[in-house]
Amino acid sequence: MGRALGPVVRITLINLLTLPQRLGTALVVVVGIAGVVGVLVSVLAMAEGFRHTLGSTGRSNRVIMLRSGSDAELSSGIPREQAALLASLPGIARDPAGRPLASAELVVMVDLPRMGEIHPNNVPFRGVQPAAFAIRDELAIVEGRPFARGVREVIVGRKASQQYAGLGVGSRIAFRDSDWTVVGIFESGGDVHESEIWSDAEVAASAFRRLGYQSLTATLADASEAGFTGLAALVKRDPRFAISVLREPEYYAKQAQVLSWLIEVLGYTVAAFMAVGATFGALNCMYTAIASRQVEIATLRAIGFGGLPVVVSVMIEALLLALIGGAVGGALAWVYCDGATLSTLNFNTFSQVAFAFRVTPTLLAQGLAWALLIGMVGGLLPAIRAARLPVTVALRTQ
Amino acid sequence: MKYLPLLWAGLFRRKARTILTLLSVVVAFLLFGLLQAVQIAFESGADTADAKRLLTTARYSIIEPLPMAYVRRIETVPGVVGVAYAAWFGAKYQNESNAFALFAVDPARYLDMYPEFTVAPAHRDAFVAGRTGALAGRRLADRYGWTVGQKLPINSEIHPRSDGSMTWEFDLVGFIDAEDPAVRGNTDIVLINAKYFDEARQFGKGRTGWYIERIADPAEARAVAAEIDRLFANSPDETKTQPEKEFAIGFAKQIGDIGAMVTRILIAVFFTILILTGNTMAQSIRERIPELAILKTLGFSDAKVTLLVLAEAVLLLLLGGGLGMAAATAVMPMVNGSTGGRFPPLFVEADTWARAAAVVLGLALAIGLPPALRARRLRIVDALAGHR
Repeated sequence: MGRALGPVVRITLINLLTLPQRLGTALVVVVGIAGVVGVLVSVLAMAEGFRHTLGSTGRSNRVIMLRSGSDAELSSGIPREQAALLASLPGIARDPAGRPLASAELVVMVDLPRMGEIHPNNVPFRGVQPAAFAIRDELAIVEGRPFARGVREVIVGRKASQQYAGLGVGSRIAFRDSDWTVVGIFESGGDVHESEIWSDAEVAASAFRRLGYQSLTATLADASEAGFTGLAALVKRDPRFAISVLREPEYYAKQAQVLSWLIEVLGYTVAAFMAVGATFGALNCMYTAIASRQVEIATLRAIGFGGLPVVVSVMIEALLLALIGGAVGGALAWVYCDGATLSTLNFNTFSQVAFAFRVTPTLLAQGLAWALLIGMVGGLLPAIRAARLPVTVALRTQ
Repeated sequence: MKYLPLLWAGLFRRKARTILTLLSVVVAFLLFGLLQAVQIAFESGADTADAKRLLTTARYSIIEPLPMAYVRRIETVPGVVGVAYAAWFGAKYQNESNAFALFAVDPARYLDMYPEFTVAPAHRDAFVAGRTGALAGRRLADRYGWTVGQKLPINSEIHPRSDGSMTWEFDLVGFIDAEDPAVRGNTDIVLINAKYFDEARQFGKGRTGWYIERIADPAEARAVAAEIDRLFANSPDETKTQPEKEFAIGFAKQIGDIGAMVTRILIAVFFTILILTGNTMAQSIRERIPELAILKTLGFSDAKVTLLVLAEAVLLLLLGGGLGMAAATAVMPMVNGSTGGRFPPLFVEADTWARAAAVVLGLALAIGLPPALRARRLRIVDALAGHR
């Protein structure tokens, strides 16, 4: 084994030691591949961040109820009297005082411009019942205080306060014929609620003149599958209701589908095209590298080195350059994108959702895999050509 | 022109290298054509907007409904020559939600508002006359295999009928099409009669989603819009009226700055191409220094040699850019076919070709100038002696 590897190692070393002389062409491979990986990783980081935001929303011990046939809160409607009946169903957990852990909520859209812009965006405004905070225990006020009941006060999600203008604690916002005061900022683990504005449901209902709610969120008394199906069946059997019951994670994962699919298609398409272009570039550079070392390679083979070590050494060089390119591209994506927040219109909910780019180790690994693939394709043909060129021909030229 | 064979010979001196370089340029411009098309598709609303149309929505959110009675009052505003309205239905067809837009409209008012839609006179008459009739976009009808005369069972996500059922049924009486491919993207809709919809629905009666106004003079757009909003100021349902184009731009902005994202990606692509092609070009000239010296010996002026080298870069980029854009145009029908009409139609506009030409020229200069200047400085004696 060691004997077989000897020539490979030696030729590879010679190759790599002469690399500085070919810095120009080597850089081209590195830059080309860095471009591909940088674009791929940053676009996928966007899809990943979006999916993470919706994926981390909700807990499996909680359910959301919507009108049957509605896929999102905005198109759903639950009449007031039904909301009270649903909240008191036996499958729903109760707090120590015996009140159901259920919050009927109304969701409306309010127009707010992004920071430094003028165009309005559909920012979700959620009116919640007092139980909402006991149900969603991941939510914490990080600045200011909770809104008082019965008053036109709101708390704002951390991401919403970063994205949209005029949502700092103490500022006043005007919707419809009502003025609201921002009294607090909340965080909820980076989930979708951080893109929202919350107020007391009753105040919101009167200000926006709503007769009913959009959804009802509740904690399950029994979070097991039996507990969930029991509650769902109970609601389904009851002729008074036309309501569907979903576990929260299931509901929120569905909201991510269209947009993350779209971003991924865009990312992979662009990266695939760029990869093809970069492969041509890598091929070109490796051919050039071999052409400039033609005599040297032929000499090596003339003095007894086989074709395989030559192939392997060229491949190693190509892969090494690709690896550097991939690492540079991934690093650039990480430095420039990771953690950057943006907001967009989620087609599923017709409302804005803010999220952060997430450059994950998996994405970086995926970027490196693409880089190596390009390096492999770009190196293989030139390597084979170098090994197969007859020694006499190679030595005679030049 | 007479130097073209010389340029060609220089360019394809090393066939494999030039072809590989050319292919990467082709791919870059193919991507350019596609991404520009995507950007245009996202902002197409703004392109197809009619300067004589205004859009009125509820002041605080576009999803809030407005009273249907506003139509008469808006008609009285000087400068307004036509009013139409539409309401969002929340169509679900075969369990696909948001697969297409379905609007409840006043048939005659709506079709008059959008003269760029082509509807056969018989189809139009049937839609205007019937209560339960529906018109469908031609592309949409082709996607689902709908034919005139059939029943369309469509669920609403939002509106139950008075008996509580979410399932509605309409009679397909005709198709909507458009000549202009950009407008055709806006025809992926189904229209139903608002009168029937309003009678049969359980709640929300007497309200509609938004108003569209036709005005006599685009120059008056702002004044007319302000006048409409003034009519309803301080009422429970205040309005926000803006030119159609402004509304479309604002809506595209909701999605985010697609333009900025596409630009960033393209910068990465073309920077890579610049490095790649620039390196190849420099190398190619380096190898041909003795040949360039011979040209100079033969009496070619410094300027001419410089131009020759520069022209070679232009030729390479022109070939690659042209082929790439042609490829983008050629694959467009395939791309549109594979999205099954779920995405607005993509196409390469004349404007995109112009931009591609500008990029070709810019890149050619950036790539060709350094070796061209080098060729200019070349001294015959040194070059022939092999001093580089």
